[in-house]
Formats: sequence, C-alpha cells, structure tokens
Amino acid sequence: MNDIAAPEALHEHAEGQQHPIRVYLWIWGLLFVFSTFSYLVDYFQFHGILRWSLIILFMLVKAGLIVAIFMHMAWERLALKIAILLPPLCLLILIGLMAIEGTHTFATRWGAFAR
Amino acid sequence: MAQNALVDPKSTPSEGLEGVTADWSGDKQVFPVPWGKAMMWIFLLSDTFIFSCFLTSYMNVRMSTTAAWPNPSKVFSLDIGGHEVPLLLIAIMTMVLITSSGTMAMAVNYGYRRDRAKTTALMMATALLGATFVSMQAFEWTKLIVHEGVRPWSNPMGAPQFGSSFFMITGFHGLHVSAGVVYLSVVARRVWTGFYDRKGTYETVEVTGLYWHFVDLVWVFIFAFFYLW
Repeated sequence: MNDIAAPEALHEHAEGQQHPIRVYLWIWGLLFVFSTFSYLVDYFQFHGILRWSLIILFMLVKAGLIVAIFMHMAWERLALKIAILLPPLCLLILIGLMAIEGTHTFATRWGAFAR
Repeated sequence: MAQNALVDPKSTPSEGLEGVTADWSGDKQVFPVPWGKAMMWIFLLSDTFIFSCFLTSYMNVRMSTTAAWPNPSKVFSLDIGGHEVPLLLIAIMTMVLITSSGTMAMAVNYGYRRDRAKTTALMMATALLGATFVSMQAFEWTKLIVHEGVRPWSNPMGAPQFGSSFFMITGFHGLHVSAGVVYLSVVARRVWTGFYDRKGTYETVEVTGLYWHFVDLVWVFIFAFFYLW
C-alpha cells in the first residue's frame, strides 16, 4: 500500500483522488480474470451449490473491486462509506421476505394447478 | 487528535467511529467532498434500490412459477462455425463493459493531471465502448423478439415471467448505459473545450466516472443472477 500513499503525499494540495495508473490497470486485469472465471462456471456446466457459491463469490469480488478502487470508496472517509454502503443492507430483509413468499406461492400453485 | 478536532476545526480530522461522530456533529459540512460527488453517490444509492427491487422481483417470480424456466446458457448461446458456444454474446458484452470501466478510471486520473487530450480521448473511448454494448444488446433483443418469439407477456420456451423479467431488467440497464453515453459525450466535449480549466476543477470527470462504474457494477449483478443462475 506504500506506493498508493506516496503520490498522495506528493500532491498534498492537489485536488481530488490521485492514484497511480498502475493500480487501475491491476484492477482492470483482475476484473477480466474474475469475469472469465464466472463465465467458465457456465461453460463447464457446474451445478448445484458449487455453481451458486462460485457465481456469488466471483460477483462479490468484482463488485468489491469496482466500488473500492474504481469508485474510490476505499479512500473516502468512514462517514461517506457508512452513508452509502450501509442502507443497501436493508435489501437483505426484502430479499428474505420475497424468498419466503415465492416459496409459498410455488407451493400453493403446485397444489392447485399442477397436478 | 479528537480533542484537537473539537477545539480547532481546521486540524487533522479524526479517524474511525470518532471521525464519523465528528463529521456529523457541529455546524459543518458532513462529507468533505465536492457537493456533486456526494449527490451522485446518493443518486446511485437510490438507483441501487431500484435495480435491487427489479432483481428481487425476478427472484420472486422465478421461485414461484410452476412452468419450466428457460436455460439462459442455451437461450443466449451463439452459433460459431456449427458449434453452440454458451453465453458467448453476454461474455463479450461483459468484457466490453469492463474495458470501458478501465478507460473511464484512467480518464479520471488524467483529468486530475489536467491532461485534456488524454482525458477527452479516454472518455470518448468509454462512450464508444458503451455504444458498442448497447448495439450488442439491441442485437440480443432482436434475436429474442424476432427469432425466439419472446414477449413481455409470453415465452414459447417456458415460463412467461422470463420475458417480463428479461425486458424489464436489461431494458432498464441498457437505458442507463445509453444515458451514460450521452452524459460522457457532453462532459468529454467540455473537457476538450477547456471548460473545466476555466472552472478550475476536474471533479465533474470523477462524478461522471462514478455513474459509469455504477452501470458496470449493476451489470455484474445482472450477469450473475440473470444469465448465470
């Protein structure tokens, strides 16, 4: 992380987010690698828990890299990080409720029409 | 350090949770970033909720339907020399969007270095890649509507909810990409004409970048949940 901190010290009075191009190229490369991995999950036709956990793992890694480095969230102050990243966690409740509801609807439909 | 912050607001801001309290308390601006950046983040937060609602409704209809869900791997495959390559078009679209995110990140960097030529070129490259993405999406929609006969209310391959979810989610995302291409072109033109040199700051380029990276971010989730699941 020293190579990231050093240019900031040099441009102490410079504006905005300044990081070496090298950092972006690295992240760019990593995003390509992880996209290829997630494509290969489909190409090799993995199934079940293995498929779903790999898809979610690669998705979260890619999302994390984009938000942290490309969108500079890693260098923002904690107040901004909390204000933006914490509220979406409410969505987990929505997703949970809709999953329960979806399962229930499937059960009633199966019972009523699908026999 | 924290005590200094209370006595002298100009001193180094404290870090961690103490920093959060210090930032939110007192008669001062909470986020020490340009207002445009704070507002863009808040807009993107609201957009996160919109896309999440779409994806959650897609999850709900996919879980609740008793009809068979079409296999996206087969539906979105391309025929290359007699071989069916699964999801090929979608994989290329993903790579195009990631490449555009890379060029955008570098455009922001060169903007802060006041390199107008490189910033403009990289932003136009980003816009061009965005336009390529939308064109490929138009091709994909045409294939699905004309050749496969998928409609928002029906789908010859199985569950009709496939059509409605597909057009709703990818349509809304494609609209974001198209709007982003226009946004990028406008800002790139202003970079080229020296508007931000006269204004004295290139922060608008970073704010535009936030929007563009978000479009890429949403695609990561659509790719995972709609195309791969």
